[in-house]
Amino acid sequence: MMQDFFHTGWWAVLWSIIKIVIVVVPLLLGVAYLTLAERKVIGYMQVRLGPNRVGFRGSLQPIADALKLMFKEVIIPTNANRFLFLAAPVLAFVPALLVWAAVPFGPDVAISNMNAGLLYVLAIAGLGVYGIIVAGWASNSKYAFLGAMRAAAQLVAYEIAMGFALVGVLMLAQTLNLSKIVEAQAGGGFWSWYWLPLFPFFLVYFISGVAETNRAPFDVAEGESEIVAGFHVEYSGMAFALFFLAEYANMIFVSLLTTVLFLGGWYAPINTPLLTWIPGLVWLLLKTAFLLYVFLWIRATFPRYRYDQIMRLGWKVFIPVTIAWIVVVGIALETPMRALLR
Amino acid sequence: MHIRPKQWFKTFFLTEMLRGMQLTGRYFFAPKITVQYPEEQTPQSPRFRGLHALRRYENGEERCIACKLCEAVCPAMAITIESEQRSDGTRRTTRYDIDLSKCIFCGLCEESCPVDSIVESRVLSYHGEIRGDLIYTKDMLLANGDRLEAELAADREADRAYR
Repeated sequence: MMQDFFHTGWWAVLWSIIKIVIVVVPLLLGVAYLTLAERKVIGYMQVRLGPNRVGFRGSLQPIADALKLMFKEVIIPTNANRFLFLAAPVLAFVPALLVWAAVPFGPDVAISNMNAGLLYVLAIAGLGVYGIIVAGWASNSKYAFLGAMRAAAQLVAYEIAMGFALVGVLMLAQTLNLSKIVEAQAGGGFWSWYWLPLFPFFLVYFISGVAETNRAPFDVAEGESEIVAGFHVEYSGMAFALFFLAEYANMIFVSLLTTVLFLGGWYAPINTPLLTWIPGLVWLLLKTAFLLYVFLWIRATFPRYRYDQIMRLGWKVFIPVTIAWIVVVGIALETPMRALLR
Repeated sequence: MHIRPKQWFKTFFLTEMLRGMQLTGRYFFAPKITVQYPEEQTPQSPRFRGLHALRRYENGEERCIACKLCEAVCPAMAITIESEQRSDGTRRTTRYDIDLSKCIFCGLCEESCPVDSIVESRVLSYHGEIRGDLIYTKDMLLANGDRLEAELAADREADRAYR
């Protein structure tokens, strides 16, 4: 009854808008505070304190940063292609928000619980790189152009490994629907989640995710010490902030998708009444937060890969490993070992 | 490319990576060494070279005899001195300017001074808001000296054995 009411006429549109607001507003707040968390965590790992002047222990720092960026001038270089230069940040930011349409926050709780969710997510996430390529091209600067080329090559290399890693999940879950993938991991707590049978995929997916979002140690697209700031070297003010928002929204997204695909989504790690009583959304966000912490941890630990090393890791390590493990999973599914995987 | 099996094992199973992350993970919980500047400050040596000051003798007479050694030695040419004979027959400065926007705080003026008149104090936080604010005149430098005399004298006393 309720469902019908919300799925007819204008209500459907309004309801969609409400759902979008409910997702996007906390997401942007999350992005803002992820920047603070990043500076804090990296500071702590470098035996520093990180920002602690604005507000209680730096809690208003993201707001100060946002205000600063909003009031800064967007400088357009003389030789830049004006239209593309301004379109690029939007091209980077829109896919970063679009992917959230398919993200399940609970059983059947999503903006759009589509059946081809995983495919949609993979397709839209791949679009984000167009923003980077267009930005690099439109800036008419050699550093920006080099950054864009690197980002494109990196994306091609890691998208494949990422796709293969997802094939493993599909083989076990037998569905592309993200909610159903999580539900397929229900049961015995953390050992029934897919990270265990698909451990190589779990690692490959997460590391590819780091590469995909152009985060350290895979940040050759912006590599400060080599090509100044890479693709966004010519950007300032809000145009720059959009790239920034896109990068951090993508980080949160990759962490959340890793949680959904490999860490049992909204299920509690141990199947006891005490833990299952805690709402699933809390578990989902806790696992996501942990993976985000790992993102920052990795950034604080590892130096940037050399460009040829990135290519070698993508093409000569990840792709063979994922293909080999797909064969292993495939064989396991067709033999009595199947019981172990289900 | 040839990789030894042991090396391959370490790389492939990410053990090296995990050891690296273990290290940063440990430092995450380590006590932080940040000195929070305005509230906390790092210790200063008696030889600290900060804002300049012109000192006086205990009877209130200014020490500077306008020998212009500091002006001559200053590598940044930040010091300008003009002098004349005073009514009691001694030579004194009529003008003693230090352009702190030129000064490189090398301490050579302090070292060259035969009467310990021009000194550098421990003051390190001062600023100018318009051009020219950082040109310190004789009056300003003498005022610095009067204000900081106790500290300046103590610092020079502490360092005397090495001078």
